[in-house]
Amino acid sequence: MNEPATMTYREAMREALRDALTTDERVFIMGEDVADYGGTYAVTKGLHEEFGRDRVRNTPLSESGFVGAGIGAALGGLRPIVEIMTVNFSLLALDQLVNTAAALLHMSGGQFNVPLVVRTTTGAGRQLAAQHSHSLEGWFAHVPGLKVIAPATPADARWMLPTALADPNPVIVFEHSGLYNDRGPVDPDGGPVDIDRAVVRRSGDQLTIVAWAGMLPKALEAAEQLAAGGVSAEVIDLRSLRPLDLPTVSASVERTHRALVVDEGWRTGGMNAELAAAITETCFWTLDAPVSRLASLEVPIPYAKHLETAAIPQVDDIVAAANALVGGAS
Amino acid sequence: MTDSATFDYAMPSLGADMDEGRVIEWRVAPGDVVHRGDVIAVVETEKSDIDIEIWHDGIVDEFLVQVGQLVDVGTPIARLRSEGSSTPAPDPPPAAPVSASAPTARRVPASPLARRLATERGIEIAALRGSGPGGAVVESDVVAATIDAPPADDNGVPPEVIAPRRRSPDTMRALIAERMATANREIPHYHLSRDLDVGELETWLAAHNAQRSIADRILPAACFIRAVALAAARHRELNGFWVDDHFEAAEAVNVAMAISLRRGGLVTPHIERADERSLAEVMTALSDLVAAARAGNLRASWMTGATITITNLGDTGADSVHGVISPPQVALVGFGRTRQRPWVIDGRVAARPVVTATLAADHRATDGAVGSRFVAALADLIDRPEELL
Repeated sequence: MNEPATMTYREAMREALRDALTTDERVFIMGEDVADYGGTYAVTKGLHEEFGRDRVRNTPLSESGFVGAGIGAALGGLRPIVEIMTVNFSLLALDQLVNTAAALLHMSGGQFNVPLVVRTTTGAGRQLAAQHSHSLEGWFAHVPGLKVIAPATPADARWMLPTALADPNPVIVFEHSGLYNDRGPVDPDGGPVDIDRAVVRRSGDQLTIVAWAGMLPKALEAAEQLAAGGVSAEVIDLRSLRPLDLPTVSASVERTHRALVVDEGWRTGGMNAELAAAITETCFWTLDAPVSRLASLEVPIPYAKHLETAAIPQVDDIVAAANALVGGAS
Repeated sequence: MTDSATFDYAMPSLGADMDEGRVIEWRVAPGDVVHRGDVIAVVETEKSDIDIEIWHDGIVDEFLVQVGQLVDVGTPIARLRSEGSSTPAPDPPPAAPVSASAPTARRVPASPLARRLATERGIEIAALRGSGPGGAVVESDVVAATIDAPPADDNGVPPEVIAPRRRSPDTMRALIAERMATANREIPHYHLSRDLDVGELETWLAAHNAQRSIADRILPAACFIRAVALAAARHRELNGFWVDDHFEAAEAVNVAMAISLRRGGLVTPHIERADERSLAEVMTALSDLVAAARAGNLRASWMTGATITITNLGDTGADSVHGVISPPQVALVGFGRTRQRPWVIDGRVAARPVVTATLAADHRATDGAVGSRFVAALADLIDRPEELL
């Protein structure tokens, strides 16, 4: 069989799309500049030459329109993969996603399901300023009827998409823009993985760091530094924001007795708040410290590099928060 | 409580099981200015004499109870007034709820896990120093406070936790059960009793204590420890361990005390080299051990290395105790309650305070003759208490 290949997150996602287009003729891709230009983040580069313009389609700059078209195609029996350039622009399609895609199954008494996959980028770090850099995945995780996933490794980029496509209901895939060039092993024969399970990326016994998407590599780097300082941190990659895999998170926290949630989104009303509340509810009697949250500063993400860096959680911030949680070690 | 410029100070609850107390000494006089934290009186409780502190600045107006008068917790014992008439009267000290700990106790920040563990182990959170965020008591503080933690080093560096083990009342019971069953199964005990006239000791002790401050007073229990330690030092065959089918005499005489815990179970911390210490030092060590045991602050060094054990049931209950030896030790001395008994002195019967001491010894290590000499030495020491100094 094939050896695990090392590839970038971008290549892994493209491989997943190619595989879907190859194996299921109902699958097609549409979005802004996904064909000739290859997508703003070059994920779909080359696919229109391979599969033709009917299956890799450029759309007008109208998120509400083309997401609505995707919903219609899904209702009509196709398996559309709709790319929205960034999560900021998805706000133009909120009505389609929340009022239609998420609600139809319920409102039709189970008669109409919407097998739609929406891919979009999230996150800051590339100096794209306040209209292209926000982390709004928590907004979508608020909505019943949607599944929200955030693959953070090339392997998950490759193997979570087939599961998302196989789901009979809408799934939104968040791809952090800072991850596209990350390299990692991808087993070509790995096979689809669950999209409702968190995974422990690093084992530890003094605190649990819960992270996802762009915060995962930073959390892992922080755990490495913490280990050098004698603090053993477990790192959980949430992977799925809806549904939340609380059993995995609470099993970890019940062993470590401390939890730090790292969220690139804002603090107030954020995904981090949901996690902190859920951990407190399920693990209260085993907690040895208040659940701690690290989130972005409550500002629109700045353009200036040093301000952008200061606005979002960095490795040093995670290390400091973790040390404070375990009682000021190092 | 009274008028706007005066406030009362109530008898505090100095422990969860304190219902009443007796002022045995005032440390201030009417007219004295006192400040928050000043010791204003010494209160005698069932367990010990305790300095009590005032929690508001003020001027002592009058005492509301007599020295020696036993009053319920919460009874006003002194009236004070605020300094300066323009100053509004401070709030009265919180009324002491009978079931709570000291009225001055604040709610100590502690993690849910620490609270749960402390409850399981019968440790009072308020007695611990927190090392967590914001000074909160966390799991490691509770673990360090259990009998499994080693002592702080000379620089006061808190101990690192070794082999933390949970000691809920149930698990402690199970440990005692296992240990005692083993002891009873494996050790062929023999028991030798002797009634001791402690009249001389009590008289001597009363005279001795009269010259000492309340805090430095010696209790009879300390005398028993010294007596056992000195007797064991003279009869080394009873001071040591039975290991691998032979007796190994111990180099030091480390006397363990069985201390029962409020929440059930008992612990047996020891006083190191009790034969080489003065009676006053043994008394101090005993006070420390009992306080630490009750607060759950026992150190591992107190828990291992005992060479002989005393069980002292105190002045209630049984006249004598035929104890079970704690292996690998080979001897245990039990003291029953002090009671008035007819006693023949110089051919005449007199009422004397009598305590029955009972040696439980391991017949593998010694025979009755050795045990008998030990008991005789013990009786001799009790008869001549100045040797215990």
